[in-house]
Amino acid sequence: MLEIKNLHVELEEEGKQILKGVDLTVEAGKVHAIMGPNGSGKSTLSYVLSGRDGYSVTDGSATLLGEDILEMEPEERAAAGLFLAFQYPVEIPGVGNMTFLRTALNAQRKLRGEDEVSAADFLKLVREKAKTLKIDAEMLKRPVNVGFSGGEKKRNEILQMAMLEPKMCILDETDSGLDVDAMKLVSDGVNALRDAGRGFLVITHYQRLLDHIKPDVVHIMSDGRIIKTGGPELALEVEQNGYADLLAEAV
Amino acid sequence: MALAQARIDLTETRIAAYDLPEGATWANEARHTALTRLRAMGLPTARDEYWKYTNPAELTAPAAPEAALFDMSKDRAVFADIDRLKIVFVDGVFDPNQSDDLHLEGLEIARLSEVMKTDIHWAMELYGHLETHGQDPVARPLAALNTGFATDGVVIRATGQVSKPVSLIYLHSSETSDAVLHHVIRVEEGAEMTLLEQGPAAARFNKVTEVDLAPTARFHHIRAQGRDHARRAVTHSFVRVAEEAQYKSFTLTCNGVLTRNEHVIDIVGDNAVAHVAGAALGDGKRAEFHHDDTVFVTHRGEACESRQVFKKVLRNGASGVFQGKILVTPSAQKTDGYQISQALLLDEDSTFLAKPELEIYADDVKCSHGSTTGAIDEEALFYLRSRGVDHASATDLLVLAFIAEAIDEIEDELLRADIAAQLELWLARRRD
Repeated sequence: MLEIKNLHVELEEEGKQILKGVDLTVEAGKVHAIMGPNGSGKSTLSYVLSGRDGYSVTDGSATLLGEDILEMEPEERAAAGLFLAFQYPVEIPGVGNMTFLRTALNAQRKLRGEDEVSAADFLKLVREKAKTLKIDAEMLKRPVNVGFSGGEKKRNEILQMAMLEPKMCILDETDSGLDVDAMKLVSDGVNALRDAGRGFLVITHYQRLLDHIKPDVVHIMSDGRIIKTGGPELALEVEQNGYADLLAEAV
Repeated sequence: MALAQARIDLTETRIAAYDLPEGATWANEARHTALTRLRAMGLPTARDEYWKYTNPAELTAPAAPEAALFDMSKDRAVFADIDRLKIVFVDGVFDPNQSDDLHLEGLEIARLSEVMKTDIHWAMELYGHLETHGQDPVARPLAALNTGFATDGVVIRATGQVSKPVSLIYLHSSETSDAVLHHVIRVEEGAEMTLLEQGPAAARFNKVTEVDLAPTARFHHIRAQGRDHARRAVTHSFVRVAEEAQYKSFTLTCNGVLTRNEHVIDIVGDNAVAHVAGAALGDGKRAEFHHDDTVFVTHRGEACESRQVFKKVLRNGASGVFQGKILVTPSAQKTDGYQISQALLLDEDSTFLAKPELEIYADDVKCSHGSTTGAIDEEALFYLRSRGVDHASATDLLVLAFIAEAIDEIEDELLRADIAAQLELWLARRRD
């Protein structure tokens, strides 16, 4: 599904190297988690994959279903099936959440050469998906993320994911700012989307999210590299002992 | 203080370029006193504080600068689907063939040129009077020039609920036309009407509207200033708002080498409301674009509400100006005043100059004001793109979102949708 090889990335302005050779393959149907201390490059990886400005790839490659995504515009990556759930979802005053969702859905369909979804079908779809995430009609009408609580913003991200049905989902610290109930709601939303044709990359600091979204594979990232890969037990190890032992081991 | 010789010359040359229409005694007197006012003030120059950001030279020149005609035949005109009473002026000249009959339940409508030949008419109490009143504390010489030389306009008295809007359509057919129109509107107690205005009117257009709202009267004004790139316009609205009356005005400007829209609003009664809003979208690519909103709201009544909401989207060297003032006199306790002026600059060549002012002499008031200038929010742009929306569409969506607060000032849903559709057309035209 997603194949990252020897990815080297630096910050465009400062020329500072953040990713120093990331190798990672996420297979369809699998959930991979990336854990790591602050500043290890986890969020940079998600931004580079989604096409945010300000980073330059100096070496390596990233492909989605065999297609080179690094050369694509962000909207083309989305149409190709990539979705990033933001750590800090952006507020867009003046753009209604419904308008936003419908515009996004139809834009992707258009880029893929598919027909637009009719207003009635869209409404039916969004109501159904919103209900399971406990997103009410009022929240759908409000401007995108404006005045949303931390939990509401993250639920809104998952709603977008559910509507857009991407092939490869990257969740960037989706647990940050969530209380226990919200985490459960968000995790349920994510789990409902798990299927054989979809890959997940879950970026998190903490094990607790992985209690809800059970990963198949766990990677530990440090200083711009994946330093260790293992099963779900690796996340538990981090939870108990912190990163220090793993980092020492890697050196 | 005596005027400088250069200003006297400028003023006299302009006065000499026009014919003074003859009419009834009161009309002749109104015109002559207007010229006396004008001579005392002199026409504005770029050295005047009030014209610091907009050079008035093309507005004060004896002849109108040439303005190429814009072919509207392929475009959908604004308000096309709105049921309305149409009154058409071509280069400032009333066109009876294109106009509807001037009859509408709840309204008296007449042409200014006819009214000014009538010996006794209610409009004689208003023509030039609100304009004169609006000359203090800031002089507005181009409005006095208008009162002196206006050739036509509409005189409207609303006495009840009016079933459909009165729609003034200003067509432009001569490259050198110089139109001076003056409207007088009185909305009586409990009456309500909507005035629509559209079109460039002329190569150069000087328009004054005097609006007198009786207690509990309601007046809605929605204007779109046409698609001509090259035209120049200066417009003044002088408004008197009595107790519990409501005045609401919205203007959309998408083109124009030079536009100066002044609003002078005097809230004289208690519990009255006055809202003025505008959206200007300027692209300096085909022709220069300069748009100036100048607003002066005076609160005299108690517990009144005023709002000024102005948004500008500028690109390719377009420039925008906002000069807005709220004056709260000692008697205007419990005033609720709001003023916002914002510009979205789509490139680094465009400029926005804002001069927001509050002057408050009452102690129990709530007044807020803000002014911002910014670029497209890159974070929001990336967020939209990451969801599959292409760069151009995402930018458009953010432009519409930016303008939305001003558009939302239009109460009527159909008219609001019509104006929103015009904005979307403007954006679509810039997709090349």
